Amino acid sequence: MAELLDLFWAIPTGLRLTLEIVLTVLALLGCFAYVTYAERKVLGAIQLRQGPIMVGPFGLLQPIADGVKLLSKETIIPAGANRVLFVLAPMVMLTLALIAWAVIPFDAGAVFANINVGVLYLFAVSSLGVYGVIMAGWSSNSKYAFLGAMRSAAQMVSYEVSMGLVIVTQLLIVGSLNLTEIVEHRSPVWLWILQLPMLVIFFISALAETNRAPFDLPEGESELVGGFNTEYSSMTFALFFIAEYLNMILMSAITTVLFLGGYLPPFGLMIAPLTWIPGILWFALKVAFLLFVFIWVRGTVPRYRYDQLMRLGWKIFLPFSLIWVLVIAGTLMATGMLPVRS
Amino acid sequence: MTDSNVQPATDPRIRPYTINFGPQHPAAHGVLRLVLEMDGEIVERADPHIGLLHRGTEKLIEHKTYMQAVPYFDRLDYVSPMCEEHAFALAVEKLLGITAPPRAQYIRVLFAELTRVLNHLLNLTTFGLDVGAITPALWGFEEREKLMEFHERASGARLHANYFRPGGVAFDLPAGLADDIWEYTESFPKFVSELETLLTENRIFKQRTVDIGIVDRDTALAYGFTGPMLRASGVAWDLRKAQPYDVYDQMEFEIPVGLTGDCWARYLVRMEEMKQSVKIMRQCLSRLPDGPVKVDDRKVSPPPRAEMKRSMEALIHHFKLYTEGYHVPAGETYTVVETPKGEFGVFLVSDGTNKPYRCHIRATGIPHLAATDMMTRGHMLADAVAIVGSLDVVFGEIDR
Repeated sequence: MAELLDLFWAIPTGLRLTLEIVLTVLALLGCFAYVTYAERKVLGAIQLRQGPIMVGPFGLLQPIADGVKLLSKETIIPAGANRVLFVLAPMVMLTLALIAWAVIPFDAGAVFANINVGVLYLFAVSSLGVYGVIMAGWSSNSKYAFLGAMRSAAQMVSYEVSMGLVIVTQLLIVGSLNLTEIVEHRSPVWLWILQLPMLVIFFISALAETNRAPFDLPEGESELVGGFNTEYSSMTFALFFIAEYLNMILMSAITTVLFLGGYLPPFGLMIAPLTWIPGILWFALKVAFLLFVFIWVRGTVPRYRYDQLMRLGWKIFLPFSLIWVLVIAGTLMATGMLPVRS
Repeated sequence: MTDSNVQPATDPRIRPYTINFGPQHPAAHGVLRLVLEMDGEIVERADPHIGLLHRGTEKLIEHKTYMQAVPYFDRLDYVSPMCEEHAFALAVEKLLGITAPPRAQYIRVLFAELTRVLNHLLNLTTFGLDVGAITPALWGFEEREKLMEFHERASGARLHANYFRPGGVAFDLPAGLADDIWEYTESFPKFVSELETLLTENRIFKQRTVDIGIVDRDTALAYGFTGPMLRASGVAWDLRKAQPYDVYDQMEFEIPVGLTGDCWARYLVRMEEMKQSVKIMRQCLSRLPDGPVKVDDRKVSPPPRAEMKRSMEALIHHFKLYTEGYHVPAGETYTVVETPKGEFGVFLVSDGTNKPYRCHIRATGIPHLAATDMMTRGHMLADAVAIVGSLDVVFGEIDR
């Protein structure tokens, strides 16, 4: 094993990085496949049914069967569609879903780009996602897709505002935009409790940002059939699908990094048995827990209406997170814990 | 938000955004085609198109004997088949001047109420699906499956039962069925309360249904609403109480009435009706008398199979009944029953032959569907979906 690692480090840097990236992307795609499997199993359990059981043991090969099915379908481009944008949109979506992972610290030091503006980078990438949706909706030349894209654009923009404010509180506490530093930062328990409302707001905004229930209006199937991806089939659809789930995993990862201590053991318990478990496993477990919540919410609640969603975003979350930024900033000032860069 | 006075665009260059909601749409119930004229997300006009499931049932019935006509009623409102049969059976009985024996009447009421639960379970849970709650639908289908097993054990068919016949029911209940239904009625309230935890007081569900598609008392009457749609608007009108048929006059139950006439009231009324139905089912089961299940008149009800092996007369009766059918004295009747969806009527004209001269069917869904435009105007697209879901329309009966 050690020799293998030595061999790995002996590879020239450029080639090694490429290899690492390819491996990470493959691992992410594997995660995507089994998140869909987990979703179907968890939803099945909630709904008193079994979920996939036929393909492979416990239906474990179902995601692969689905992938093969989607690959072998015909790609249909509607007659009135703008062909270039129509094909480009899913590519944009998937690329954006993948490049965001560059700054996520999987473990201590295990991060592709340990940049100082990691949070801003994530924010920028996730905001760009709305372009893919708008391109898809507009270029399909379909009424359902168009309405879906309009909703999606409005929704993603609205919830990013309160998400931004949540991140501001985190920055106030840590004093850095670097994700690894955010993970490593140790704040007292009372401060963490003070942040809890922000965690809730951030997670709900993440649901909205990834267009998941109860905010799955863009693809609200009871109104808009499939929303912005109504006209897509085969691999073009699969790319949207992959992008949606990767965004889900990404949002869970961001929540983990910002609030749940990333790759560190839970609640900052740096005691013996917990520290034996490798950091990446803690990271994976926390992400898996958040993904479970994503699915749990989907199985439980109805869907918001368009205007109710907007009201929640602008009239409840935005003022609340603004006030909470002030509260946290004030508390930090009062206790003299405001980080000062020298 | 819910401005009902949306002015049509006067500038000829501005055309409303029309959306074709159905017939191939995951949330259009059955084959409803709703042409929606939209202003952004606001519905300015909703135009329901019907007829995609028209099969000419009424005309077909005119060319069949009375006994052959019964299965057509299963296929009208395929969500509550036995209640439709009930109307036809009562209509023919009225023309023939016979009444079903008491046991048959109890069995019919028992299964009519079982069907009501079956229907409301489907409607309530798919209504949940329409507003985005996916889990109730699956839970409801689990329960429906149990109820359909009772259908199957009584009649041999899960859906198209063909069980209520003029003069009684087709067969007696098989051994043990009554006990199993009793057991089911004991476990059912627990299921309902679990279902309610998912929907009734759910904040999002209430936000999606309260004050959506309000129909006040007078409008509901003017549009000819019946059933839960009318009761949700505050009119305590139920044919089971107003003009009881079979043994409904001996049953103790209450008519739930909604106060607000919105989607939530309709949901609550249906929820409560399920509980009342179970109450009626229990009363039927505890009082179920012994005795024959069809009239003792070989000119109307077929002889038992064993008798046919021994009696020449029985064989002739059987042959006559299943080829020519029975002749019904000339006359006409409009017979109504309270199906889960509302007033379902059969207008039957007999000219004394073995086939009905005319059979008009009053579908419960048509007045409700006709109100779609009035109810959805000024609401948002997502509300239109919720409203159509709360109408409880089934196109088998609307298109006939």
